[in-house]
Amino acid sequence: MKTPTRISFGETISELGGEDSAIVVFDADLAKSTQSIRFGKRFPDRFFEMGIQEQNMIGTAAGMALSGKKPFICSFATFVVGRFETIRMSIAYSNAPVVIVGTHCGIGVGEDGYSQMALEDIALMRSLPGMHVIHPADDVETRQVVRYLVEHPHPAYLRLTRQAVPDVHGEDYVFRFGKADPLRPGRDAVVFCCGPVVSHALDSAETLALEGYDVRVVNIHTIKPLDIDTVVAAARETGRVVTVEDHSIIGGLGSAIAETLGEILPTPILRIGIRDVFGESGSSEALYEKHGLDAKGITLQIRAFLEGTPAFHRANSSAG
Amino acid sequence: MNRLDTGGDSLNSPPLSSLSLEALKIEAVKLRIDILRMLNAAGSGHPGGSLSIVDILTVLFARHIRRVRPGIPDPERDRFVLSKGHGVPALYAVFARLGIIPREELLTLRKLGTRLQGHPHNGSLPYVEASTGSLGQGVSIAQGMALAARLDKSERRVYTILGDGEIQEGQMWEAFLSAAKYRLDNLIAILDYNKGQIDGFTSDVMNIDPVTDKLVSFGWEVQRIDGHDFPAIDAALEAAKTREGRPHFIVADTVKGKGVSFMEHNAEWHGKAPNDQETAAAVEELEQLLIPAMASQS
Ligand SMILES: Cc1ncc(C[n+]2csc(CCOP(=O)(O)OP(=O)(O)O)c2C)c(N)n1
Repeated sequence: MKTPTRISFGETISELGGEDSAIVVFDADLAKSTQSIRFGKRFPDRFFEMGIQEQNMIGTAAGMALSGKKPFICSFATFVVGRFETIRMSIAYSNAPVVIVGTHCGIGVGEDGYSQMALEDIALMRSLPGMHVIHPADDVETRQVVRYLVEHPHPAYLRLTRQAVPDVHGEDYVFRFGKADPLRPGRDAVVFCCGPVVSHALDSAETLALEGYDVRVVNIHTIKPLDIDTVVAAARETGRVVTVEDHSIIGGLGSAIAETLGEILPTPILRIGIRDVFGESGSSEALYEKHGLDAKGITLQIRAFLEGTPAFHRANSSAG
Repeated sequence: MNRLDTGGDSLNSPPLSSLSLEALKIEAVKLRIDILRMLNAAGSGHPGGSLSIVDILTVLFARHIRRVRPGIPDPERDRFVLSKGHGVPALYAVFARLGIIPREELLTLRKLGTRLQGHPHNGSLPYVEASTGSLGQGVSIAQGMALAARLDKSERRVYTILGDGEIQEGQMWEAFLSAAKYRLDNLIAILDYNKGQIDGFTSDVMNIDPVTDKLVSFGWEVQRIDGHDFPAIDAALEAAKTREGRPHFIVADTVKGKGVSFMEHNAEWHGKAPNDQETAAAVEELEQLLIPAMASQS
């Protein structure tokens, strides 16, 4: 099955609306795109259409949260996170437990081009004290994350896709906030990935396995707080680290992993993502191919990395 | 200079709520002295925009805001958001007079470890309802609180004070639109129209007039008053309690630096603390106003 994670969100939040009357949802003239409209139709008294006023939406939701409500504010990720300083003051510094729902992340947005793509949003949100950042990989995970966030007592950023993404989890999957999600074992390298490209990383690991490379894949749905123990253990056990994200390699998952390992266990690292360039129009598939974020591109890059880079900690440990 | 004699003493003074408007006027003079001493002790801060709102704050907290008192905040209290966060010394002085914070604590303003942050931080002090200090955000936050009160079917009102320079921010006008859309008659915004901002007069920097007409056209119920006339402030706040499906604006004409002759109308005193001599001169001037009051009380 393939599902846009924004639809998983819209369906789940409208279910939850019936269970918890403190949930309120805001949108800024993109309710059909973000799928918040599903909630709006069922609970018109708790749905606030703010018009094209992202800053006002941020502040109003903060006021609601400070009065005991559980607001979810929805827009394209770049439009809402773009109001960074308003989020910084009204939500983060006020410790207002608002869930910022940013849909249309990454180059996966496709034809609309760069103006509609969030490529820097993880970097911005991750830099705010107390702001938690979650980027689910598929439908099952998104539904659980949304349910979890209703009770989460802190500001949070939820990053979702426009396009349909394939399931990487079974129905029995259990999301655990702040705990990395190992998807595939492996000893030659570990791939940390998140969001819509998790399935690409898994496909790539399959291909590499046929060539004799045993690549571990770990889904980092919670980018902040990062599951440092799992990250460091995986780096120690494999000796080579790859990160894959539909986001700039500056400030996103790759940076978070590199910063952490740089301090605790310096390990050779390959960051796969948007390499400090703007996005452009094209289909998601064409863009993923161009930026080396499809399974083929990821495979090429990982293969070259493995061929050129000794597994650091393993090479240094006698058992190998 | 770091003493708080002759200011507003919370322990030995009658509660603000028991005082006449005439007596509140005297209290506001004492609060001004506290503000100057705080700023002097801190060595930095914003006197001009603190002195222009202290009369409004005094009447607001003495006679209109409900359930804001020492102790654990009551969820059913009215809310106050100081959108123009740099005026916070005036709020802290009022909090001390209400007994919410010990008066000596005022002298910790802006010092490391203080609850009295240089701009409001809700995580540091109760009754600071939201963090502000980046201008332009308070009406949105207050509006969210007013909407929450409505969802709760509560009588809570939400008050906010804005600067005349501050409303140059676009987000303010977003909120002016939406508060009218949502017919938030439990929201009361007060414009501290002191005619000044940092780079000069508001009319020169970026004119906001005719501000009253603009606000009326945005769908607000607008009153215009002299923001240092206690009966006028009181009457306007009373009138703003009507629930006719429109948010309330009180445009208060004020004087930046009010009460200290060398600070009044002087842009230089926007963001500079008085030194020891200046503080002494200002306090002496203000104390003159207390003499007839003391005489009539004894
Ligand atoms: C977004 C933002 N821009 C700039 C500032 C710096 N600043 C602090 S006070 C001020 C002038 C405010 O003028 P006004 O709202 O009229 O307040 P008052 O004159 O009462 O002090 C400015 C520009 C700020 N705090 N926030």
